[in-house]
Amino acid sequence: MILLSVGTQLPFDRLVGAVDRWAEARGRDDVVAQIGPTTYRPRALQAFAHADHDRFRELQAECALMVSHAGTGSIIAAMELGKPIIIMPRDHRRGEHRNGHQLATLREFGTRQGVYPAEDEATLVDLLDRADSLQGCPCLTPRAPADFVAHLAAHVRAPSPPTLVRRIRNLWQGSTISGQVGPWN
Amino acid sequence: MASWRTPFVADVAMAADRQADHDGGHGLDARPLRVLLVASAGGHWIELTRLVDAFAGCDCQFVSTACGMTPPLGTRPVIVVADTARDAKATILGAIRGLWGAFRRFDPDLVVSTGAAPGALALYVARLFGARTIWIDSIANSERLSLSGSLVRPVADLTVTQWPEVAARHPRLRYLGQIL
Repeated sequence: MILLSVGTQLPFDRLVGAVDRWAEARGRDDVVAQIGPTTYRPRALQAFAHADHDRFRELQAECALMVSHAGTGSIIAAMELGKPIIIMPRDHRRGEHRNGHQLATLREFGTRQGVYPAEDEATLVDLLDRADSLQGCPCLTPRAPADFVAHLAAHVRAPSPPTLVRRIRNLWQGSTISGQVGPWN
Repeated sequence: MASWRTPFVADVAMAADRQADHDGGHGLDARPLRVLLVASAGGHWIELTRLVDAFAGCDCQFVSTACGMTPPLGTRPVIVVADTARDAKATILGAIRGLWGAFRRFDPDLVVSTGAAPGALALYVARLFGARTIWIDSIANSERLSLSGSLVRPVADLTVTQWPEVAARHPRLRYLGQIL
């Protein structure tokens, strides 16, 4: 099963349309697609707009190949699950996103093992045609590196005096608990 | 004024709860740190779940924008708030209302977000409630800080980027490594 996803916020019909036409031309009926808020009606895809988070994670675990926009969620999930993933970036110049960060994501992640960048529809179709030869790379544990976590934990646990707002609130709560009432009661 | 009176009733109830916690606990310091963790569904959420070990031992309440999520730490069900973005101004009020309710019920000591827009709003609400704040910019923002990240810098006690080049360009921006 091939799993296509475009994220929840915006449509990405250029990618959905390309995969749909490919699936129709090749007679593939095993392409499941999360297509977001769009008016596009796929002909060959088993499509839905959104899925519950945990259910979607199950689909990601079941599929043989992921195809997605260049969102870090899908890429990280693929790396955690060891699935090959084809990514096509949203192009903000075509109004597909608010800015060009997916092009930057493609540059940063496109060279990693198991990640197959498709800058345009032709490359995408080419990659889909040799789907069976694409290899995933189970190179990520589900937790961040220990030193990042340790640094963050140090900030979380750093002793800090209560903020001004907190001190005022504590004063107020103290007075209400002891039975006094505020001026507006 | 009725709408102003209710928060304080809730505050009293919350304070009474805490008093009960203290009585059954080990003195005033027994109460675990209350942490509100906010991330939109998708990549922001995955980045947050990869970091939860940093909050072990804390009382964690997660907030996101989609249904059907299992909290990666603790047992409090994930609170769902409306998703919003800078080009969808109508949904901002809905997101703020949802966040306000979450703050009223949970009253966190610390608010942490990995993005996006609802997380940024949460850090502003946190200031009004007197909570400390941490912003962790997504690994997707490899060339510049995200718009949300730039907007929360004035109210974030700690702003983290995952790219040393971005940290080098902004004073007070911290680089702690990457979540991968």
